[in-house]
Amino acid sequence: MSTTTLTHDEAHHHEAPKGWRRWLFSTNHKDIGTLYLLFALIMLFVGGASAMLIRMELFQPGIQLLDPDLYNNLVTNHALIMIFGAVMPAAAGLANWMIPMMIGAPDMALPRMNNLSFWILPAAATMLLLSFVVPFFPGGGTQINTGWTIYPPLSVQVGMSMDFLIFAIHLLGISSVLASINIIVTLLNMRAPGMKMLKMPMFCWTWLVTAFLLILVVPVLAGGVTMLLFDRHFGTSFFDAAGGGDPVLFQHLFWFFGHPEVYILLLPSIGVLSHVIPAFSRKPLFGYNSMVGAMIAVATIGMVVWAHHQYTIGMSLGAVTYFMIGTILISIPVGLMIFNFIATMWRGAMTFETPMLFAVGIVLMFTFGGLSGVMLAVVPADMQYHDSMFVVAHFHYVLMPGAVFGLFAGVFYWLPKWTGHMYDEKLGKLFFWTNVIGFNITFFPQHFLGLAGMPRRIVDYNVMFTEFNVISSVGAMIFGLSHLLLLYIVIKTIRGGKKAESRAWEGAKGLEWELDSPPAFHTWTVAPQIK
Amino acid sequence: MSVKDHAGDYYIPDPSPWPIIGMVSLLLTLIGAALALNGVAIGQFAVIAGLLLFFYLLYGWFRDVIQENLSDRYNKQVDTSFRLGMFWFIASEVFFFLSFFGALFYIRNIALPWLGGDGYLGATQEILYTGFEPAWPSSGPGELGGEFQPMGPWGIPAINTLLLLSSGVTITWAHWGLKLDNQKHLVWGLIATIALGLLFVGFQAYEYGHAYSELNLTLESGAYGSTFYMLTGFHGFHVTMGAVMLMAILGRSMKSHFSSHKHFAFEAVAWYWHFVDVVWLGLFIFVYWL
Amino acid sequence: MLQAGLLLLAGLLFHSAAKAEYGLNFPEPAAGVAQEIYDIHMLTMGIATVLLIIVFAIVFYSLYFHRKSRGYQADQNFHTSWFGHWSWVIVPVMVLGVDLTIAGKADIVLKKVWDVPKEENIMDVKVTGHQWWWEFDYLDHDIKVESRYIPEEQSGDLYLREVDNPLVLPTGVKIRFLHTSADVLHAFWVPELAVKKDAIPGYITETWAELNREGTFRGQCAELCGTWHSRMPIVVESVSQDKFTAWVDGQKAIKVAAAAEASADKTWSMDELMVKGKTLYETKCAACHQVTGMGLPPAFPALNGSVLTKGPIADHLNIVINGKEGTAMQPWGTLNDLEIAAIVTYERNAWDNKMGDVVQPADVKQAR
Ligand code: HEA
Ligand code: HEA
Ligand code: HEC
Ligand code: CUA
Ligand SMILES: [Cu+2]
Repeated sequence: MSTTTLTHDEAHHHEAPKGWRRWLFSTNHKDIGTLYLLFALIMLFVGGASAMLIRMELFQPGIQLLDPDLYNNLVTNHALIMIFGAVMPAAAGLANWMIPMMIGAPDMALPRMNNLSFWILPAAATMLLLSFVVPFFPGGGTQINTGWTIYPPLSVQVGMSMDFLIFAIHLLGISSVLASINIIVTLLNMRAPGMKMLKMPMFCWTWLVTAFLLILVVPVLAGGVTMLLFDRHFGTSFFDAAGGGDPVLFQHLFWFFGHPEVYILLLPSIGVLSHVIPAFSRKPLFGYNSMVGAMIAVATIGMVVWAHHQYTIGMSLGAVTYFMIGTILISIPVGLMIFNFIATMWRGAMTFETPMLFAVGIVLMFTFGGLSGVMLAVVPADMQYHDSMFVVAHFHYVLMPGAVFGLFAGVFYWLPKWTGHMYDEKLGKLFFWTNVIGFNITFFPQHFLGLAGMPRRIVDYNVMFTEFNVISSVGAMIFGLSHLLLLYIVIKTIRGGKKAESRAWEGAKGLEWELDSPPAFHTWTVAPQIK
Repeated sequence: MSVKDHAGDYYIPDPSPWPIIGMVSLLLTLIGAALALNGVAIGQFAVIAGLLLFFYLLYGWFRDVIQENLSDRYNKQVDTSFRLGMFWFIASEVFFFLSFFGALFYIRNIALPWLGGDGYLGATQEILYTGFEPAWPSSGPGELGGEFQPMGPWGIPAINTLLLLSSGVTITWAHWGLKLDNQKHLVWGLIATIALGLLFVGFQAYEYGHAYSELNLTLESGAYGSTFYMLTGFHGFHVTMGAVMLMAILGRSMKSHFSSHKHFAFEAVAWYWHFVDVVWLGLFIFVYWL
Repeated sequence: MLQAGLLLLAGLLFHSAAKAEYGLNFPEPAAGVAQEIYDIHMLTMGIATVLLIIVFAIVFYSLYFHRKSRGYQADQNFHTSWFGHWSWVIVPVMVLGVDLTIAGKADIVLKKVWDVPKEENIMDVKVTGHQWWWEFDYLDHDIKVESRYIPEEQSGDLYLREVDNPLVLPTGVKIRFLHTSADVLHAFWVPELAVKKDAIPGYITETWAELNREGTFRGQCAELCGTWHSRMPIVVESVSQDKFTAWVDGQKAIKVAAAAEASADKTWSMDELMVKGKTLYETKCAACHQVTGMGLPPAFPALNGSVLTKGPIADHLNIVINGKEGTAMQPWGTLNDLEIAAIVTYERNAWDNKMGDVVQPADVKQAR
């Protein structure tokens, strides 16, 4: 290797580039990570704002705010923006920031492509936004009233906004696949010498598995929506019985992606917890190996149980039995993960800073959501639950604690490292309590609504469902407003605060804590040796 | 800093405008496509502009990569990153094709029998489609697109199989040439591969024309037409892309960019080509033959 | 703890809401399989509750005792104890045990739910979902019932739970439902019958039930089917077999009368057609095109002043009889000649259309 190259590099890289170029043209994992996180934060507020509109509409029976198509258009956008715009980019942002620092690598393996995977996201968000607003222009066709599952034939009836949505999904897919390739390559190829696979920090493991899942399932979704596009415009009949196709085929393609997707949302947060809980219990993670095994098992089983979202479509007895048992079995690896977390807390010397509060909350509330998942998995009973508010309650109980709260925990845990400042602990705790209480008030009553027979995705309901909807909507306002606190805390921490040490938390372990807070623009240009 | 140092000499590129240009080009293309599909005229121009920008981006990005490569910025570890990256990219492509093969499988083995009264849900045929026989190839109970003839395996498809298989051989042969640092051998191997690939695409185009004009086999021909054109179409598109990539590699070979020990770009394209090859075998068996 | 508190809160609310006709759980089943489904639901919920209590108990114990502020020293070797070494086997085995309990019980119920009995005297009801109403064909009795929601002014507190024509079913008879759809996906769901099934256009799915008590059971369409997905209630009127027979006879008589009226070789006057047409239009077409004829653009075009309603009669008849593929406008050819004639006449003369022309049943017959 020529030394001239090295001097060239040093001249250019040891200081951050200035101005807008730094962000638009970035090849630095920390900057790209920051971009991802900011994007996710904005999207959380956009998706949250639509959730607030949804809850306001459902506050009382009758159609007050939103006409029915607009309502379901918002539901569609809410789901897509939250999942693809908020949770996945936030997890990718954590990965970008932390993975190279955790494994002692100078950057991601393919830095330029890294920037591409980020910048496709704003493009996808633009397409999503367009799909939302196009119907309001003359000649814009009808709104997307299909829900995020965009099942045909309804999605064939929708106007041109559906094409914007389909292309948005293509873009999201490209972005995720490129990001996943980068993460896999980084983890396989860039570890510091001596860091064996089974010594990798748990967050890295969770992302490795997540990235594999993404690479395997996202292309199938892309294929599915491509067929939808062809059915809409080129006369094919993949999803049309008259031509020998089947609308249900789309459901299989969608859920072949969709179910693994929920574990894609879950796993990075599990990774965060695997750092937070040991740090604040001041003892090592219980069952590192079994955690890795459990994760791989979740991913593997998770790939082959997709049809539990379609129990009501008339599959054969053999098929539903298989999907039921497969789905129930997922409780084994997930249960093992939860158990490992509890066993890590057990006989630890715990303190309860905000990240730990979230972690404990997750263990309790995610278990609750997971258990309602097992109830859903039981086919005969799902004949009642399916497409009712009970399902909505289930998935917000797994999505919020399982994905979003985990990301919050990660943000609070690593904020000192990123900004060099400690956040305001009092405010953090206040945020936790308003958030968690608001969350439970919002979604707990929805179980009862579902059991009583309220379907999901309806803009208007009978008066008998009023009480619980009122509670839920009031809770949602508390819950929504609590996020303003998050925004305030984050901004405040960026602007100043108590100086953070390199090892911001007493019990924190790992390479990232050996770097300064905030770390230099380029870190680990010389790889650390792992014993 | 020691030269053998693990990470110190891992090449981190300078800030680059290409990703953001990529974003703009994709956005332009897709907004244009969505509009064009719905008959909004400016859509087509946006697509064209977007695609032009996209090709400019590809050109610029790869030019940068090639320059960095030639000025020896990439060490062994960077090379491994590229290899792994290409490998997992191809893996994602495999799953993209799997969705179409999956659709074919589902329609043939689940949807049609169900429509035709097989299996445990006989009522569908009894009540909705009395007399419908679910034999493949089928354009469904509605016989969409009118009567058609399916594409037999033993004409052009068999020739195309031979073409692609031999192109797999020629590219391997070219690789040998590269390993022996024999440029002529390499270049001719590549030229042969490209020729076979283009011949394949030509036959495919002819086959489509034949199907449309004589067999009345169109995209509208129910499930058979849909899966047939989707699978062969996306494959044909990949072959074309592969051929373009081969041409780029050919150009670089003629400029002696590769050496016997360092030629990742060549290998990446070769892998891609083999992948396209294997997909074809799947197509030949499941779309044409069985 | 939080959940426990919320449960309490919900319990309190339940008392105040006791007048509303539902509680915190499924409504009382009205069919055999529904009862079994209810039982399996209670079982899994019970297991889930117990597991949740165990998890909460352990976590809270640990949270309380293993705190730094109590001076507790972390046990750095906990994960290397024998428990640490074997927990990855112990825990899965225990969870597997619970899983198999659930799956085993569920499997038994599942078979009963899934296997539609193959009996001679099973009663077939074909249930067709439309945007946005239900059609019930009693295949054995040659009767058809169209069932639509009733606007709020007339249905009051039962708005979105009440229909004009309920699905009348006898108790004590095994009924096979054949679900299908005329346009997009719908799903038939009446909680008291427990079984929910999707209606897939071009396919037929089956479920069955045997009602074991009389009563009125209300459900809703459970699969998103577009704009008025919320306006597809289902009402099952469960009656004794005698009452059912009487009802069937009544329906048949109505049908015969209607057929006679339609086939009567009579030339209808504009006024007669307009009166008939108005009611028909308002039940069948107004869901989309609205009573005012203004539609809900862009999804549903206005008929008031539209090109087709003011254009040639033939084109107008054509779209009504054949619908328009790929849109929510379905073919209405199953209506009889008189009905179509009335609707079309009405559309051409109502609102500002005032075309002044009359369409006779004979014209419709010709147009088919
Ligand atoms: C992060 C997201 C996430 C996660 C982790 C899960 C986890 C699970 N989900 Fe959920 N699910 C969703 C997101 C998620 N889900 C979404 C978004 C939908 C709706 C999509 C839509 O229709 O729009 C959905 C819908 C959904 C359905 C379809 C319902 C319907 O539409 O009718 C089903 C059915 O089987 C299901 C099951 C499960 C199961 C069994 C798990 C399991 O992984 C849970 C495992 C966890 C535990 C079981 C708890 C911990 C374990 C123990 C304490 C050990 C002991 C336990 C036992 C012995 C049981 N989910
Ligand atoms: C990760 C995914 C995710 C997340 C985080 C959320 C978050 C929320 N969701 Fe969402 N949701 C889904 C995924 C998610 N959801 C999915 C997949 C569906 C199914 C869609 C379908 O059926 O197709 C769904 C559907 C869904 C429904 C059902 C609609 C229906 O079926 O009719 C409801 C109704 O209550 C709901 C509510 C909420 C609420 C109140 C939040 C809250 O957590 C949001 C809280 C956040 C904020 C509020 C943002 C921050 C604050 C502000 C913007 C400040 C301003 C605040 C105020 C004005 C109060 N969601
Ligand atoms: C489920 C919704 C729905 C119902 C119910 C419905 N229509 Fe329509 N109708 C539509 C839609 C959507 C269109 C637009 C089709 C298109 O895109 O051209 C339409 C178009 C029409 C048109 C052509 C209007 C024009 O000028 O383009 C006529 C006439 C019409 N409907 C008559 C009727 C009649 C008569 C009935 C009742 C018997 C009826 N419709 C019931 C949805 C409906
Ligand atoms: Cu019909 Cu929803
Ligand atoms: Cu799932």
